Amino acid sequence: MSALAFILAGTLAAATPLLLAALGELVAERSGVLNLGLEGLMALAAALAFIVVYQGGGHALAFAVGAVAGMVAALVFAGAVLTFRANQVAAGLAIGILCLGLSALAGRSFESLTITGLPKLEVPLLSDLPTIGGLFRQDIVVWLALLGTLAIHVMLRHTKVGLIVRAVGENPRAAQAIGHPVIPIRYAALAFGGCMAGVAGAYASTVYTPLWADGMIAGRGWIAIALVVFGTWQTGRVFLGACLFGALSLAELAAQVVGVQLPSQLLASMPYLVTIVVLGLISSNRRRMRLNSVASLGEPFEK
Amino acid sequence: MSGAALLRLQGVSKSYGSVHANRAIDLDVSHQSIHAVLGENGAGKSTLMKLIYGVERPDVGKIEWQGREVRPTSSAEARRLGIGMVFQHFSLFETLTVAENISLLVPGTKAALAARVRDLGATFELEVDPNAHVHSLSVGERQRVEILRCLLLDPKLIILDEPTSVLPPQSVQRLFGTLRLLRDRGVSILFISHKLEEIRALCDTATILQAGRVTGRVDPRQASSRDLATLMIGREMPPPPLHAKAKPGPKVLEVAGLDHATDDPFGVSLSGISLDVRAGEIVGIAGISGNGQKELAEILSGEVALLSAQRDVIRMMDRPVGHLGAAARRRLGFAFVPEERMGRGAVPEMPLTDNALLTAHDRGLVRRGLVRRQHKAAFAQACVEEFDVRTPSVQAEAGALSGGNLQKFIIGREIMLEPKLLFVAQPTWGVDIGAATAIRRRLVALRDSGAAILMISEEIEELFEICDRLYVLHKGRLSPSLRVQGTTVEQVGEWMTGAAGEPAHA
Repeated sequence: MSALAFILAGTLAAATPLLLAALGELVAERSGVLNLGLEGLMALAAALAFIVVYQGGGHALAFAVGAVAGMVAALVFAGAVLTFRANQVAAGLAIGILCLGLSALAGRSFESLTITGLPKLEVPLLSDLPTIGGLFRQDIVVWLALLGTLAIHVMLRHTKVGLIVRAVGENPRAAQAIGHPVIPIRYAALAFGGCMAGVAGAYASTVYTPLWADGMIAGRGWIAIALVVFGTWQTGRVFLGACLFGALSLAELAAQVVGVQLPSQLLASMPYLVTIVVLGLISSNRRRMRLNSVASLGEPFEK
Repeated sequence: MSGAALLRLQGVSKSYGSVHANRAIDLDVSHQSIHAVLGENGAGKSTLMKLIYGVERPDVGKIEWQGREVRPTSSAEARRLGIGMVFQHFSLFETLTVAENISLLVPGTKAALAARVRDLGATFELEVDPNAHVHSLSVGERQRVEILRCLLLDPKLIILDEPTSVLPPQSVQRLFGTLRLLRDRGVSILFISHKLEEIRALCDTATILQAGRVTGRVDPRQASSRDLATLMIGREMPPPPLHAKAKPGPKVLEVAGLDHATDDPFGVSLSGISLDVRAGEIVGIAGISGNGQKELAEILSGEVALLSAQRDVIRMMDRPVGHLGAAARRRLGFAFVPEERMGRGAVPEMPLTDNALLTAHDRGLVRRGLVRRQHKAAFAQACVEEFDVRTPSVQAEAGALSGGNLQKFIIGREIMLEPKLLFVAQPTWGVDIGAATAIRRRLVALRDSGAAILMISEEIEELFEICDRLYVLHKGRLSPSLRVQGTTVEQVGEWMTGAAGEPAHA
């Protein structure tokens, strides 16, 4: 298999954990709340989901457990910042670190164990094409993540619910004044974001690399947050950013196999560097940022 | 005064802590009327509206709606009763379209709403493109959107809070036309204002508030402005400052062909700005906010410095300063009072003494890098006494002062620097009449002492009262210099809306 075919085949799967987490964070941020605990939420969900599969509970249950764990952790965060109006940055970091610790604790006796992932579903005919065929052999979660991206794009752009979420994020005071309860809407957006982070974590530990190792989320939560900001809160750009990062992380592997003469540390940092540079260029346009950014992001709301 | 009143308030009081915002207010709004609530800033108008609109609940007293007692506990409930409100600071979402904004409040699909917006717009002279994004609309258009949003809920009463404070004179006439049409179609209007002439031109009845109490109920068409003012401020209107003819000296500020492109999509680019201010004169910049005032203020104050190559575009005290920052310009004898009192003119969390230090540090308040506490306190104390700032002490936090008192302090601080050139933006915005008069008098006194003053203001009356010359800013362009003597409000109004500017007018 050529390096290109390898990259094409794996990009979507590599992008999926980022994409799922980033989509959830996108909705939360659109409502005006910055959840910096994403990395921890993903790790906690990843540990619990792995344990469920390892104990024979199956993938469906594992994803459900991951989603619930992410949601519960996000609701704890929501309680702190929405009900008690704690600082969003501090509370997010605290919950994130707490969840990272919990994931290490829960996964302690499962360290380095492996399980089997999910089978690939193929698109007939297309998956037999040379080179690009691999693009059409993906597990079900990848296919669902693609559908989810589209659904969230439509939700935010074209539905009443999305309109309300955007309105709450742009001008919470005005939204409240015309009868849209800001706090409950933000709770819901955060719960959804936590749910998605949980699913993303579960995917990382039970499908993408079906093993448990402490710290296996490896900064994906942080990259997901960066994708949302650098993607200027647009679903399409967030999706492209996730794919770029996924492709680069595979390119790095391919380069190592081929034997490119570069220090491996440099290669390993390429996905992070390139993604940040590309997205940084996109978001360096001040006009674009002003029109798309969420005006009330990070600010506590008091009635 | 039968049971026919649409809205009736009886003995309504509301206190916040020890502040009595409203005391035993009685108010009757009849069907098909335009009813004014007149009062100064801080007289309790906003609180009263919040009580009617369900945002706040009265401590005591009764609110009757169409003869039935009601206790609206939310604005949604007030809207269900048939009460709509247009806020002074609009509650619109800038990144959404007009139709989207409306659909957040009014049920219906966007297409159906857009059709109704066009329909109502044609009927009531409220034309606006339902598919336009709000950030691209003028202030007048935004106000139309707010009114349309109210109308689509089929209200019997619409409250407008200081609706003309953001409008150019021509748009005010248009708004009045709309309001009269609405009244004739059976919608009552509660019109909150502190502008006497407007109330006399528009309203059928006026209830006047002063310090939280009703001080009068009059037919404004019968009463004189003088009577209304006396009821509103509790004493005779203070006389305008004496205005001797200016004796202009040398040019102290010169701007020649300033172009500045903004990269803020909600901002305004400036083009071809040329102006000059001489020693011993007050020059005003009229215009509706949002036509480049903010950008011009940033560039003149030095908050945004130009490139070194453009140093000669702005000259102060005969020196090129375009490339200099705010501190360097101040060292030349420039002083600046920004529009935002809180956060720009003063730090709300800091005591007045520290706020004095912020711009007066060069006046002996600092020695060898160390703050001299007594000098600092003495400076602040002098400012408080000289400029009649009402504060318990100079240690009070700036944020604890009323708008008028804080503004007197800030302007006093800058005048005490003995500037050669003072630049003030909206000096009396949100300030009570007493303080506003005092501030204007101070500015005239500073002028008479030989300083040059440049003043941005939205209040045309104010500009005509104290300025010697005027420019008008519209869409980032400046009109030619207009002498106040021999220029009418209407002419300035034409420049404000861009109607003037053809060669024939210039």
